[in-house]
Amino acid sequence: MQWVDALVQGILLGGMYAQYALGMALMFGVMRIVNVSHGDLVILLSLIGISLASSFGLGPFAVMAALVPLALAFGWILQRAVLNRVVGEDPLPSLIATFGLSLALQNLMLQIWSANSRSLPGGGLESRSIEIGGIYIGLLPVIVLLVAAGLTLGLDLMLKRMRFGRALRAASADVEAAAMTGVNPKSVYAMATAIAVGILGFAAVFQSLRSTVAPADGGAQLIYAFEAVIIGGMGSVWGAFAGSMVLGVAQAVGFRIDPGFGVLSGHIVFLLVLALRPQGLFGRA
Amino acid sequence: MTEVLSTHGLVAGYGDFQALYDVDVEVHEGEAVALIGANGAGKSTFLRAVMGLLPVAPDMVHFDGAPVGGTPTDRMVQKGVAIVPEGRRLFTGMSVSDNLRVAIDQSSRFERKGCWTLSRLYQLFPILEEKARTPVESLSGGQQQMVSIGRALLCQPRLLLCDEISLGLAPRVVREIYAALPEVRAQGTSVVLVEQDVGLAKSASDRLYCMLEGRVTLSGRSEEITREQIGEAYFGGGHAVG
Repeated sequence: MQWVDALVQGILLGGMYAQYALGMALMFGVMRIVNVSHGDLVILLSLIGISLASSFGLGPFAVMAALVPLALAFGWILQRAVLNRVVGEDPLPSLIATFGLSLALQNLMLQIWSANSRSLPGGGLESRSIEIGGIYIGLLPVIVLLVAAGLTLGLDLMLKRMRFGRALRAASADVEAAAMTGVNPKSVYAMATAIAVGILGFAAVFQSLRSTVAPADGGAQLIYAFEAVIIGGMGSVWGAFAGSMVLGVAQAVGFRIDPGFGVLSGHIVFLLVLALRPQGLFGRA
Repeated sequence: MTEVLSTHGLVAGYGDFQALYDVDVEVHEGEAVALIGANGAGKSTFLRAVMGLLPVAPDMVHFDGAPVGGTPTDRMVQKGVAIVPEGRRLFTGMSVSDNLRVAIDQSSRFERKGCWTLSRLYQLFPILEEKARTPVESLSGGQQQMVSIGRALLCQPRLLLCDEISLGLAPRVVREIYAALPEVRAQGTSVVLVEQDVGLAKSASDRLYCMLEGRVTLSGRSEEITREQIGEAYFGGGHAVG
């Protein structure tokens, strides 16, 4: 029974990771940018959300409604002002730029919010749970998973059906040929990063509801997002979603074996995938 | 005849390597112009320079009388120049119809009006309708070339640049593809053909330019130029091409 429980909890945890991984997969897939500041952006948005909640007495979903547009705008500006200057064949300049941004953001957050851990009050939402066949399922993790699935589906449909999605896939396949077809790569890139960071607006609210956040926490979120994307494979947004589930289950099962083994177990699965199937479990060879 | 494209002392290259020296080329409305020359003569570089893929000074390239040198590629498409690039450069992982839709999407975004529609294109290349849902990477070379041409046409160009569209294709397929050119030109679209096959280039064009080591060595009406003249311009010596 405890293994079924581990599986269920792992999948629910995977919902959280999927919200980090989607944006990372999108940015890597389209621009070959590994955004090292991805985790710090989650934390920055979380801290902004917490401040909004305490200053204006907003509930978690009102915070989300404010944070998502803010995150979209932030992503758009980030791409226009910084990343469009360093994106290209060579992945190194963008890696260095986002690494620098990561350091700058951490210091900025320390300056504004100090190193203290904070969390978003959820009005009891974070502690409610339902019991199904002897397994306790938290309401918040279920919402997180549903939102993650909704975001993945939305992103997938956008990529397949919408004009912007087609332009994005075209730029991802061959950016020069996309420009030859009239696509403006820089504005497509700006939209892609806006969406990638916009998704973090959701993730930030859930992250600060389910646990505490502090300015130095970004690194761990980045690693989980990165691992989920690698495990799932770069091919599709559903790959990132599935990779997040695998990572979540690996951590939850590891945690049952030994509480200190949880995070490590996720890393081991990640390394095994990297060694045995580098294109990812669901990626194309 | 109105001039659609003209280059004036066009100079371009890659880093320290200069690939084009003072290239003057003119293309008039509705005209087909062939650009021939050996490998490395600068033909593809010329197209890339016109398309804004290489840095050039504004005055070096005029389109519709306005200086456009160095304009970003997507803006050139918006102005009415489309290219069938060397190596086809299709969007892998996407179906035939999605590849074509990218072009339709962009022309409708810019409200570029033109006569090319998906159904019209399917009349020109019926096989594409049959393969509409097939991923482009599983098409044959000739079919991929048709998608690449179709994608360029759906940009509703007034000037179509074709970079070695016969390369690596069976003669029968090449004939099929070249048979589509008259219909393209019938819409008033001017065409620039970069071609290795001199016979094909001569028969499909009104005028031709021969390039050698980044310079234009011969130009004139295609039907008036002799094989001997081409041979000399092509190799820079007294050779003839068969």
